[in-house]
Amino acid sequence: MTKWFEEHLPKLVLAPSFIVVLIFVYGFIGWTAWVSFTRSRLLPRYELDGFIQYDRLFDSPRWDTAFSNLFVFGFLFIVIAMILGLILAILLDQNIRTEGAIRTIYLYPMALSMIVTGTAWKWILNPGLGLEATVRGWGFEDFTFDWLVNPDMAIYTVVIAAIWQSSGFVMALFLAGLRSVDQEIIKAAQVDGIPTWRVYTAIIIPAMAPIFLSAFIVLSHLAIKSFDLVIALTGGGPGYATDLPATYMYTMAFSRGDIGQAASSAMIMMAVVFTIVVPYLYSELRTKDD
Amino acid sequence: MTDISYTPPQSGSRMAKIVLRWGLYLMLGVFILFYLMPLFVMITTSFKSLDEIRTGDLISLPREVTLEAWRTAWSEACTGIQCEGVRPYFWNSVLIAIPAVLISTLIGALNGYVVAQWRFRGANLFFALMLFGCFIPFQVVLLPMARMLGLMGMAGTIPGLIFVHVIYGLGFTTLFFRNYYVSIPSELTKAAKVDGAGFFRIFWSIFLPLSLPIIVVTVIWQFTQIWNDFLFGVSFSQAGTQPVTVALNNIVNSTTGVKAYNVDMAAAIIAALPTLFVYVVAGKYFVRGLTAGSVKG
Amino acid sequence: MTIKLLGAVSGMAIIASSAAFADGHAAPEAEVLHYWTSGGEARSVAVLQEEFAANGGTWTDMPVAGGGGDAAGTALRARVLAGNAPTAAQIKGPAIQEWYEEGVLADISEVAEANNWSGILPEAIAGHMQCDGTWCAAPVNVHRVDWIWANAEVLEANGIEMPTTWDEFNAAAETLQAAGVIPLAHGGQAWQDATVFEAVALGILGADGFRKAFVELDMDTIKSDDMIAVFDQMRTMRGYVDDNFSGRDWNLATAMVMNGEAAFQIMGDWAKGEFMAAGKVPGEDFLCLSTPGDGFLYNVDSFAMFAVDGDDKQAGQALLAELVVGESFQEVFNLNKGSIPVRTDVALDNFDSCATLSADDMAASNEGGSLLPSYAHGMALRGAQAGAITDTVTAHFNSDMSSEDAVQMLADAIANSL
Repeated sequence: MTKWFEEHLPKLVLAPSFIVVLIFVYGFIGWTAWVSFTRSRLLPRYELDGFIQYDRLFDSPRWDTAFSNLFVFGFLFIVIAMILGLILAILLDQNIRTEGAIRTIYLYPMALSMIVTGTAWKWILNPGLGLEATVRGWGFEDFTFDWLVNPDMAIYTVVIAAIWQSSGFVMALFLAGLRSVDQEIIKAAQVDGIPTWRVYTAIIIPAMAPIFLSAFIVLSHLAIKSFDLVIALTGGGPGYATDLPATYMYTMAFSRGDIGQAASSAMIMMAVVFTIVVPYLYSELRTKDD
Repeated sequence: MTDISYTPPQSGSRMAKIVLRWGLYLMLGVFILFYLMPLFVMITTSFKSLDEIRTGDLISLPREVTLEAWRTAWSEACTGIQCEGVRPYFWNSVLIAIPAVLISTLIGALNGYVVAQWRFRGANLFFALMLFGCFIPFQVVLLPMARMLGLMGMAGTIPGLIFVHVIYGLGFTTLFFRNYYVSIPSELTKAAKVDGAGFFRIFWSIFLPLSLPIIVVTVIWQFTQIWNDFLFGVSFSQAGTQPVTVALNNIVNSTTGVKAYNVDMAAAIIAALPTLFVYVVAGKYFVRGLTAGSVKG
Repeated sequence: MTIKLLGAVSGMAIIASSAAFADGHAAPEAEVLHYWTSGGEARSVAVLQEEFAANGGTWTDMPVAGGGGDAAGTALRARVLAGNAPTAAQIKGPAIQEWYEEGVLADISEVAEANNWSGILPEAIAGHMQCDGTWCAAPVNVHRVDWIWANAEVLEANGIEMPTTWDEFNAAAETLQAAGVIPLAHGGQAWQDATVFEAVALGILGADGFRKAFVELDMDTIKSDDMIAVFDQMRTMRGYVDDNFSGRDWNLATAMVMNGEAAFQIMGDWAKGEFMAAGKVPGEDFLCLSTPGDGFLYNVDSFAMFAVDGDDKQAGQALLAELVVGESFQEVFNLNKGSIPVRTDVALDNFDSCATLSADDMAASNEGGSLLPSYAHGMALRGAQAGAITDTVTAHFNSDMSSEDAVQMLADAIANSL
């Protein structure tokens, strides 16, 4: 009996988490899938009614905007945050005396909720109150920075604020990566007279490939979940120009009483997540398992 | 340290090196401005009087420093008909965040320990399921979660909120600990087993003492997520259990006529102080903890 | 100050209540979920709480601000699903019937009949409070949505009268623009766009056309040339708004009119609460008139009671319902809120000229059949349908879409929302 217990103890330790995840993640995804095939309005209902919600979703111009915004926003956010994070990490890695302080400054935005900083950003980006007005006040009358109120450009202000919030975290990841590259190889390269930039591009950065993957996963997780950011900064406006799938879903479920529609948009979001995460999981677990 | 800068200059003069160095500091400085700008605006605004905000510009320092807005935000600002500021809500957040962080970190550590060191058939599947769970958009879970909390009798309570935060934090905490423990050689466990140490004994006396860096990373991550949460806070609370982010939202969206920007900003900073404190104090260990293996993937 | 006063009042009330309920009845208790958090609104709720307490009740306040009730709606759904519904919640329009259909509302017919609600409420409004013949919600006030507010001084300085047709409005706006004043103070949030839109639509389509388009969703009216004219006027008005309007809160737009930065604002009469709170006098500092065209768009706030267990809570619901429609509360509350009493038998002696105008118009349009529910404020349509219209309106207003395209998009969006 005790032997059986000893042997199965690891499984028993995992069991509660396993059950909880099964119910509260996968059960809920299943629930959402079911509801997406119903005509649920104010509260969920369970009589199935085919693909009507998906038909409605794909006919909706607002969903078009939200869905394509996800890719514009996601792409720019991930790429720029990665590049900026890498640059900052390399700059900070040059034996800067005040590294600790500077690192904290780069990192702190991650500590703040967008409900907090959204207010400040909204203000800075507002042409009548913020940067534009200030720079004009300095005498540059033609200075224009009105992206926040321009429906074609507003999504880029969301990108700026998102990068501001997350690039410091990416920097920390890369900095950690730089610190764990094998020092012997670098020393050897330097002895051979290879210029510094070549050392980075040919040796250090390739050695950090797994970190790029980690950063990508963290950033895409943030991109897909971006919600507070949009609500606090633009409220989805002007019009619905900065809507994202997460805000679309929230609006449908909670201000429009259209839960079936919300569930179908959630399922599309889950599908996007699936296509990103599954290849990662596959490679991650294969290499570790041999 | 990658120690690149200690390289003796292969070419160029001492002069070039100094120029390069200054260029480096200049670039770092520009980025510092970018990152600090919103915080700067928030802090200076919170110390200004409303008159000064209306007449002055955004970037200028306060002419007269006043603590009025801070006092109002902490204990007097009105949300609805109660004018108690953010203070009562602040303590709700503390009561939610601390147990939730501790519990999710502990369970994550045990899970990571099992997945990394006690491999059995299906352990990887378990890990994959957990990881995928990190990505579920929280809006999806609101309604079914509300039903479950009701069935469990925890609707609108602080234990209910702790429960929710623990569940949706488990994916990340398990990920962090698993990736950290994977880099610890499994011979260690095997040797300990030969010596007769049991499952918990090995965890307690071998793994836990090694875990400080990753505990710091996990605690920082979880604390930030839970403290800053708005969506769960607004959905699963009732009068008396609302966290500080909900109060902040109420204050920022409640002002009438002349918007009291200084109070909004002061309330925002108060709501952010605990997380800021954690980042400033533990930031050093954060990068160290990441370096120690959690990011190797 | 007010708070201390309130504390004193409720303190007395507790003493009073122990006397009043000594006969074994449960002391009324209510947890009220609402989104009245702005200054004037919060004061109005305080009035209700005060009366509730004075009658021996215990009031637990649950305000959730933001998004015109979106956040409050989220909290409400989560709590209803959890089986932990609040005692009462601020719900209005067809949403009341939708909640009723989910089987979660309490029946308050007893209170309604005892107080003769059907005799004192205008018929159109009473209809909103009934579900399958029973009373399921208590109305609080009548807001008029189709108002145009103006800064008296600015108009006088530019020799402009309050406009009574949209052409006059456009002409006035041109004059103001030439004089360097922003003609229309507006906040670029979807619901504000929709508020202006429905005022314009009422003027151009007329009361019957408005009813056909936004209550009955009649496709012929929606696709008509008149609807194109409505969007044309919206495009014209886009030119009268300053560049900086995106995302601005409505009360900040009102402040622009107050300080003379802008001349007009088209907004419901909650804007009046802002003027009054700033000590402005109607007729002297600011002017009010219904937007061009006949009719009256109403937005009625109401409390729905949820089916809850416990005598104390049910007593709380009965008390709350009775108080809300009671004469004294109707007067005090609406003086604070800027709206008018929902019952027609309250004397309006203490109300200002804008409110009496509103009450007269309501009575007249009730007779003439042009008392209409506001679509933009969730009185006319289900959320999904109203939302589909608002999406189109705000997309058109914030881009250079042609009116013809907008009408087509409107028709598609409505068809897609059914």
